[in-house]
Amino acid sequence: MSIQTPQELVVVAKAFQFNPTKTKTMASEDELLAEVTSSEYKYGFYTNIESDKAPKGLNEEIIRLISSKKNEPEWMLEYRLSALKAWQEMIEPEWAHISYPKPDFQDLHYYSAPKPKKMLDSLDDADPELLEMYKKLGISIDEQKKLAGVAVDIVMDSVSVKTTFQDKLFELGIIFCSFSEAVQKHPDLVRKYLGTVVPQKDNFYAALNAAVFTDGSFCYIPKGVRCPMELSTYFRINEANTGQFERTLVVADEGSYVSYLEGCTAPMRDENQLHAAVVELVALDNAEIKYSTIQNWYPGNKEGKGGIYNFVTKRGLCETNAKISWTQVETGSAVTWKYPGCILKGDNSIGEFYSVAVTANHQQADTGSKMIHVGKNTKSTIISKGISAGVSNNSYRGLVNIGKKATNARNFTQCDSLLMGDKCGAHTFPYIEVGNKTAKVEHEATTSKIGEDQIFYCLQRGMDEQTAIGLIVNGYCKEILNQLPMEFAVEAQKLLEISLEGSVG
Amino acid sequence: MIKIENLHASIDGQPILKGINLEVKPGEVHAIMGPNGSGKSTLASVLAGREEYEITEGSVTFEGKDLLDLGAEDRAREGIFLAFQYPVEIPGVSNINFLKTAINEIRKYKGEEPMPAKDFLKRVKEKSALVELDNSLASRSVNEGFSGGEKKRNEIFQMAMLEPKLSILDETDSGLDIDALRIVANGVNKLKSADNASIVITHYQRLLDYIVPDFVHVLYNGKIIKSGPKELALELEEKGYDWLKKDQAIEA
Repeated sequence: MSIQTPQELVVVAKAFQFNPTKTKTMASEDELLAEVTSSEYKYGFYTNIESDKAPKGLNEEIIRLISSKKNEPEWMLEYRLSALKAWQEMIEPEWAHISYPKPDFQDLHYYSAPKPKKMLDSLDDADPELLEMYKKLGISIDEQKKLAGVAVDIVMDSVSVKTTFQDKLFELGIIFCSFSEAVQKHPDLVRKYLGTVVPQKDNFYAALNAAVFTDGSFCYIPKGVRCPMELSTYFRINEANTGQFERTLVVADEGSYVSYLEGCTAPMRDENQLHAAVVELVALDNAEIKYSTIQNWYPGNKEGKGGIYNFVTKRGLCETNAKISWTQVETGSAVTWKYPGCILKGDNSIGEFYSVAVTANHQQADTGSKMIHVGKNTKSTIISKGISAGVSNNSYRGLVNIGKKATNARNFTQCDSLLMGDKCGAHTFPYIEVGNKTAKVEHEATTSKIGEDQIFYCLQRGMDEQTAIGLIVNGYCKEILNQLPMEFAVEAQKLLEISLEGSVG
Repeated sequence: MIKIENLHASIDGQPILKGINLEVKPGEVHAIMGPNGSGKSTLASVLAGREEYEITEGSVTFEGKDLLDLGAEDRAREGIFLAFQYPVEIPGVSNINFLKTAINEIRKYKGEEPMPAKDFLKRVKEKSALVELDNSLASRSVNEGFSGGEKKRNEIFQMAMLEPKLSILDETDSGLDIDALRIVANGVNKLKSADNASIVITHYQRLLDYIVPDFVHVLYNGKIIKSGPKELALELEEKGYDWLKKDQAIEA
């Protein structure tokens, strides 16, 4: 007998963040639509912490400024400068099924840090305003500490503010710290792996990130170590007009295992905010990395004004017998451009991608996965669930590439789209390139609508519309939500302020 | 319990119900029979609160309340249950979770606390036995991949779980083999009490061998053209509907 778990409700949250209103009669789809589009972002507050900003614009000088602010070694500066050079010669890609005004890259601040007050000995010393902000989000560090098994590296704007559980992890030889700290304390590791999965010149946004990234997270799991807790980062963009460029690098050494969680929200803002992150995962022989994301950045208001531009490059490299699993619940941002992928370099390696992408109002998402099969007997699975409402556009774009030497490679892809109303769009762009005739590649796709029949059935059993839609959407996404670690579901549940009353078994 | 007076309803401007009068008291079982297209399922849908029907005239009072003033979910919470002719599939949502949500929403409406898990599971066990529903069916997704018979049994299981005051069974016998029919009817009979009532909509007399009605009504062309005791069902079985249709034609 299966009883519903909290994570089953996660996904509904974004689309239906408003208070359920009691309706006397069952609303038609148009009315439902109107309700969905009237949902407003709940985390639209702005925390007033003095910040230390670089002047607007992007040039060599700014890069040198960032690097010196961060006390970086020479090789790091060189890395940034060559990325800048590459970026300056690239043009912004236009192939995605999205349209938005191009950001003016010279009109952004590329560095901003909360002014350092002093080193913190305990939480009591932390900035009360900051703590207040976490409380608003429902994830105060206090609570995080209580959430046994979750270590949190909190990134606010560009500088890591507090890292917890670090000592405990240190005993196992696990390194989990801010990227800046890693550059200082573990330069050899960073230098060895930085840019090996996502090269500087990989794409326009990745190059931009490589030049200007200010912080992010670094994680290293030593040989044969199984990380005993879920590692979690919490990103937040907090400074008006400041693009945020996180850099994440996770290295799982031979035979190790780690589950990594990432979640985010952003305050309400009128100007569009640019976000171009890069995540690199390295799974050495027999290692396994599970990377989960909940993305809930400000999606813009219901007229489509404002919202985050989210252009992310995420990729993992699998050596022999390694496995990388991406799970994402994408509900925020005005524009999303994101294709977490795996390079299955080693024989018998496995890549997985589980995704729920929700778009409402004027949101646009062009997202999917890339699975590059290089080694023999490599396997990949892509399960993508898109939900479109309002006048949004939701596209799946995926690439399955089977290389010449990848004998007996296998891929299974399933793309499902769920439509709410008749003004939204769902699109699928699957690319399949097969260079080895022993490959087995399967692609399945479905498109469905939340039926009035389904809703009426639920109403007739005494549920209100919101509950009904929540239930139906959760059911639709179950396969994906089941992949999320429990701890993350707990955080997401708070983050999205959804009442689980009446639904958790 | 429920009083329907001069009920007229139409869909897309097309009148379907043309003046229904019916009163059901606690403890009673009413059968509504009639040929295809006479408006039987429309009556069920209108009572349950389906929106695409427009009520053009008449009133429905349920337990002293104006039923037509309530949304579908509030009608359900007040105690009206519709066993669907074509139960809907909800992939990924377990029957158990579906019912737990439904029960707790109804309890919330009544100002009650959510049902403790222990009591809920006890009720599941009890009621699934009533309709001989396999335990695994209870944990499967709502109606997904169920056979026709399983879907109908699941409707009765849900009815048993929700303990409604008035159950409307819309062609629950359609598509059932004789064994399934017996199980479904047994379930309905066991749930019968002095406090609740049922309206059994059916095409054939067959179901009424198992669920014995107190009254039988014949619906034709949007009106109840004949009412009588349970023997009327047998008469219909023997003579068909034509003799009644003829009377109706003369009347018109």
